[in-house]
Amino acid sequence: MTLQGWFLILAFVGILLALAKPVGLWLFALYEGRRTPLHVVLGPVERGFYRLSGIDPAEEQGWRRYAVHMLLFNAALMLFTYAVLRLQAVLPGNPQGLAAPSEHLSFNTAISFTANTNWQSYGGESTMSNLSQMVGLTIHNFLSAATGIGLAFALFRGFARREAKSVGNFWADVTRITLYLLLPLCIALTLFYVASGVPQALAGVVDVQTLEGARQSILLGPVASQEAIKMLGTNGGGFFNANSAHPFENPTALTNLIQMLSIFVIGVGLTWTFGKAVGNTRQGWAILAAMMILFLAGTTVTYWAEAAGNPVLHQLGVAGGNMEGKEVRFGIAASALFSVVTTAASCGAVNAMHDSFTALGGMIPLFNMQLGEVVIGGVGAGIYGFLLFAILAVFVAGLMVGRTPEYVGKKIEAREVKLAVLAIAVLPLMILGLTALSSVLQQGLAGPLNKGPHGFSEILYAFTSAVANNGSAFAGLTANTPYYDGLLGVAMWVGRFFIIVPMLAIAGSLAAKKYTPETAGSFPTTGGLWVGLLVGIILILGGLTFLPSLALGPIADHLAMIRGQLF
Amino acid sequence: MNTDIKTAVRPVIVMTILFAILLGLVYPVAMTGIGQMIFPAQANGSLVRDASGRVIGSTVVGQAFVAERYFQTRPSAAGKGYDGLSSSGSNLGPTSRALAERVTQDVATRRGEGVTGAVPADLVTASGSGLDPDLSPAAALAQAPRVARVRGVPVDRVRALVTTQIKTSLLGDAHVNVLALNRALDAAAR
Repeated sequence: MTLQGWFLILAFVGILLALAKPVGLWLFALYEGRRTPLHVVLGPVERGFYRLSGIDPAEEQGWRRYAVHMLLFNAALMLFTYAVLRLQAVLPGNPQGLAAPSEHLSFNTAISFTANTNWQSYGGESTMSNLSQMVGLTIHNFLSAATGIGLAFALFRGFARREAKSVGNFWADVTRITLYLLLPLCIALTLFYVASGVPQALAGVVDVQTLEGARQSILLGPVASQEAIKMLGTNGGGFFNANSAHPFENPTALTNLIQMLSIFVIGVGLTWTFGKAVGNTRQGWAILAAMMILFLAGTTVTYWAEAAGNPVLHQLGVAGGNMEGKEVRFGIAASALFSVVTTAASCGAVNAMHDSFTALGGMIPLFNMQLGEVVIGGVGAGIYGFLLFAILAVFVAGLMVGRTPEYVGKKIEAREVKLAVLAIAVLPLMILGLTALSSVLQQGLAGPLNKGPHGFSEILYAFTSAVANNGSAFAGLTANTPYYDGLLGVAMWVGRFFIIVPMLAIAGSLAAKKYTPETAGSFPTTGGLWVGLLVGIILILGGLTFLPSLALGPIADHLAMIRGQLF
Repeated sequence: MNTDIKTAVRPVIVMTILFAILLGLVYPVAMTGIGQMIFPAQANGSLVRDASGRVIGSTVVGQAFVAERYFQTRPSAAGKGYDGLSSSGSNLGPTSRALAERVTQDVATRRGEGVTGAVPADLVTASGSGLDPDLSPAAALAQAPRVARVRGVPVDRVRALVTTQIKTSLLGDAHVNVLALNRALDAAAR
C-alpha cells in the first residue's frame, strides 16, 4: 500500500461527502416535483411526453398502481430490446455486419439491462451493433436507473406521508428523473469523456498498420454517450468486452476517478434526500455513515490483499502487488478501489478483472454483493434495500427493549417486518440455491475456466452478481450457454422485482399510518449506537448467511494460494 | 387490479416509443455530432499517423510490440494478442496452474535478456483489457539494456529516453506509453 493510494481513496470519499448535500437537494426538488432551472429548456419536453401518453402527472397512485405501471413499463422495455437484438442483422446502424444474438443471449441481455444489472454474457464489440448499443441498451441504462430512483422516492413518501393512500406518480417520477437529472449530467459527462479520449463516432472499424508492421483493427462507436449513463445509472454494461478496463472506455486515471464518483454520487445524494424527506437530515447522515464504514472496511481489505500480491508469483521471481488483469495507468490502488465501489453500488462495471484478483481481494466484491448491494448501492435500489435493513434493525432493537419499534415517525409493525424479511430472503434463497444446483449439474460444471475452489467462486460470483443486480463477473465463467443465460436471466428478474414489490407494499402500508412523534422512550435513529446497530444487522443478516459458501470458494482459494497449491 | 392495468396501456406504449427516440437516438446521435465538432481527434479514436498520413495506431489503445529492438508490451489475452475486436483479460485466478506456467515462461524469457532481481509485475502479467497501452517505468527500464544492445546505442541514452516519457498522476500509477516511447526511440535513431 502506498501513500498515494490512500490519498486517492480519501480524496474519493471526501469529494463524495461534499457532494451529498448539493446532489441530495437537487434530488429533493425532483422528489417534490418542484421547478428546477432546467425546466426552462426541458419543461416543454416533459409536458409533451405527458400529453402524448395521456398522463396527468399530478394524479396520485396507490402502491399497487405504482407497482403495476412500473412492472408493465419494464416488461415492455424488455420486449422492445429483445426485438431489437433479434432483428440486429436486418436493422441499420450495423457497420460490422454482425449477426443477431441467439435467443438465449438476447433473452439474458434484455432482462439484464431491464433489471439494472448489465450482466454481459456477450462480448460488446463482437456481438452488438451500434444501433443495438444505442436503442437496445442505452435506453435501459437511463430508464432502469430512473425506475430505481422513482421507487426510492415512493418509499420515502411512505415514510414521510401521514394517513395517505398514495405514494406518488410513477410516470412523473421517471420522466422528471430522466430529464432533469440523468440526461443533463450525461451530456456534461459525455463531453468530458470525449475530451479525454473516449470515442464518440458512428463509424465502425479503423484498420491500423502498427509500428512493427502488423495489422490491428480498432473499433470506434458511440462509446462516450453510453459510458456516461453506464456509470451514473449504476448499470455497468460496457461498449467493449473489457468494460472500463478498455482504454477507449476509461483512458486516464482522471476518467477513472470521475467514473467511480459517477457510480456513487446519486446513491450518496439519496441518503441526504431521505433525511430531508422525513424532516431530519441527520437520519440521512446516519445511513451514509453506516454505508461508509462498510465501504472503507471493504476497500482496506481489497487494497491490502492486492498490494500484498500473489505468493505463487513471488516464488517465480515476480515483484510486488497483483497486476494480473489490471491496467498500468490505474495501478493497484485505483483498481482495488474501483472494484469495491462497483460492487458496493450495484454497478458492475470493472476496470480490472476481478477473476484474477487474489483470493481475499476478490472475496470483498463478492461479499459486497451478498450484503444485498446496500453499501451506497444501485441508484435508488441501494437506499430502498438499506431501508429494509433499517426496518429489521429497529425491529431487533424493539425486541431487546420490549417496545413497538418506530422509525422516522412511523410504527413498524408485523406487516412491515414480514415484508422486509420476504424481500431480504430472496437473496440467499436464489444465490445459494442456484449455485448449489450449478455445482452438481453437468451444464453448470461446464462453465468455470479455473479449476479447484476458484472455479466454485466463479459460479458463486455469477449467481450473486445476477441476483444482486450487479453485473460484474468472475469472467472466466463461460456464461453464454442456454443453461447459464436462462438461469442467470431468471435470477436477475427475481432479484430485481421480487424485492421491489414487497418494498412497495411496505411503502403503501407506511403511508397509511399515523405519525408517531418521538418520545423519550423511542430508540434514537441518528447517533453512533444506531449506526453500529445498522452495521451489525447488515453483517449478521446479510453476511453470515453466505459465510459457508465463502469458505468453500475464496477462503479455500486463499489457503491454497499461501501454500502454493495450484489447480 | 384491472383498472391498474387498463390505465397503464397507453402510457406504457407511448412512453416506450418516446424514450426510445429521445434516449436511444437523439441523445447518442446529438452527442456524436457535438463530439465530432468540438473534439474531432479524440472522438475518432485519437489516431496517430506517420509522415505519409497512414494510420499507425492510437495514442489511447495499445498495440503489440514483440520485436527485440522495441520496448515490448505486456502479455495480452485479447484474441491472439492486442486484438482490437476482442478485448479481454486472461481471467486466470490466483491458484491457476496455467497462470503460473505462463509467468514462469515469461520470467525465463526476461532472465535470458539479462533482467536480474525481481521482475516488474506488469511485465509478466496480462492486463485487464489486453490492450494496455502502457508499461510501468520499472518494466520499461528493465528492457533498456536489451533495446540498447540490439540497436547498438549506449544504454544510458535509452534509459534517459524512458525517463523523459514517464507520466505521473496523483490518481493512478506512473506509466510510460509504449507507442510514444518506441516512436521516440525511432526518431532518436534518425
